[in-house]
Amino acid sequence: MLRSKPGTVMAEPTVFRCPGCGYVYDEAKGDDHEGYPPGMRFAQLPNDFVCPDCAVRYKEDFEAVS
Amino acid sequence: MQTYTAQRADGGTDVYTDGKRWWWFLSLLNPLLPLVGVLGYLATDAAAWLTVPLLLMFVVAPLLDWLIGEDENNPPESVVPELEDDGYYRLLTCATVPLHYIAFLTVAVFVGTHSLPWWGFVAITIAIGIADGFAINTGHELGHKRTELEKWLAKIVLAVPAYGHFWIEHNRGHHRDVATPEDPASARMGETIYCFALREIPGAARRAWQIERERLARKGQPVISLHNEVLQSYVITLVMQIGLIVAFGWIMLPFLAIHNVFAWWVLTSANYIEHYGLLRLKDDSGRYERCQPHHSWNANHIYSNLLLFHLQRHSDHHANPTRRYQSLRHFPDLPSLGSGYYGTYLLAYVPALWFRVMDAKLLALPHVAGDLNRVNVAPEKRAALEARYGHG
Repeated sequence: MLRSKPGTVMAEPTVFRCPGCGYVYDEAKGDDHEGYPPGMRFAQLPNDFVCPDCAVRYKEDFEAVS
Repeated sequence: MQTYTAQRADGGTDVYTDGKRWWWFLSLLNPLLPLVGVLGYLATDAAAWLTVPLLLMFVVAPLLDWLIGEDENNPPESVVPELEDDGYYRLLTCATVPLHYIAFLTVAVFVGTHSLPWWGFVAITIAIGIADGFAINTGHELGHKRTELEKWLAKIVLAVPAYGHFWIEHNRGHHRDVATPEDPASARMGETIYCFALREIPGAARRAWQIERERLARKGQPVISLHNEVLQSYVITLVMQIGLIVAFGWIMLPFLAIHNVFAWWVLTSANYIEHYGLLRLKDDSGRYERCQPHHSWNANHIYSNLLLFHLQRHSDHHANPTRRYQSLRHFPDLPSLGSGYYGTYLLAYVPALWFRVMDAKLLALPHVAGDLNRVNVAPEKRAALEARYGHG
C-alpha cells in the first residue's frame, strides 16, 4: 500500500491504460483472451508484455487509472 | 456531404469534410478486378481479355496515380473520434470480405469449367492471386480493430489467400519489431525483394506460430486445436481449397498453387517497400526506440490509397495501429516513395533500379544523413555498401 502522509492509506492502482490506443488492463478482470486470469496483478505480467491491441506500447508505458 | 466538427484544445473549431467519402467505394471494386477479364472473355470469346486485370493493376493504376496525383484530404486530429465512429466506413471494409470470396470462387469455377490457352489460364490465375493478396490488406485493416466482428472477418478473409497467420504475426510481431534487424517483415538495405521473400514468408509464419503458442500455453490450451487463431482461418482455407480440387480435378492444383503464391507475393511486396532500410536505434538500456514516423515509407497518392484503405499513409498507421483507415493522416517531410504502391512494386521487382533509386533516397533522409549506422543493412552486403558509400 502506498502512504501519502501519516495516517492515510492510498489504494494501489489496479487499472492500467495503454497511452497509445486506450486498451485497459483491469486486474479484477484480467484478460481472458491473452491468458491472464482475473486477479492477476499488472506487476505480474511478463516483462516483455506489449499492449495486446496496438503492440507498440510496452509494460512500462502503461498509465495507472485508479 | 458529411461534415465533422470538433473543438480543438486551444478553443478553436475544426471543420472537416472527407472529399473521398464516396470514392472509398473503389475499395469494393478492387477484389472484383479479375472478373473484368472473366466477363470480357465470356462476352467475346477472346482470351486476350484474361490479361486485362493485370493491365488494370500494373499499367492503369500507376498511370492514374501519376495523373490524379497526391491527396489534400487530411483530417485534423480533433475530428478523428467522430470520424472513427462513422459506421459507413466500417461497412465498406466488412462488405469487402464477401466480395473476395465471390471473386475467388467465380474465377475458380471459370478456370475449372473452361478450356483456356495456357497463357490465359496463367494470366487470370495470377490476377486473382494478386487481388486476393489485397484480401490480406482487407484482413490487415479489420484485424487491427477491437470489435469481435471485425476480428472474425479478418480471419475469414485471410482464409482466401491461405494466410490465416497474418493478423497475429503482423499485429503482435511486425508492429513490435518493425524497422529492426529482428523483424522478418522489414527489408534491409541491399536485400533484393527475392531474397527478402525467402526470409519474410517463413519467418513471419514461424513468428505467428510462436506468439500463438505462447498465448495458448498461458491459457493451458493445446496448440493443435480450434482455440488456435492461426488454425481457425486455415481450416476455412483447407475446406475451400480441397472442395475445389474435389469439384474440378487436377486443374485446381496449379490454379491454387499460383493463386496462393501470388497472393503472398503481394504482401511481400508491400512489406518490402514499407520499411526498406529504415532502422530504429537502441537507447542506452539496449532497448529499441519507439517506432517514429520516419521509420516507414509513405505514398500519398489518391487512387492507390483509395484501393488500399489508406495503407500507404503508413507512418500514421504505425504510430496509431488501431486507428481506422479514414482517419489516417499524411504528414510532410516523411520518407516518401514518390509513387503509389503499384508503381513502386514494379520498381522493386528490378533490384538494380530499386537500389539505384531507393538507396539514394534512404541515405538522403534527414535522420540518416548518409550514416550507414542509422540504416538497417543486410549483413552480407555491409562491406560492399560501406565501400561504396563510406561509414557516414
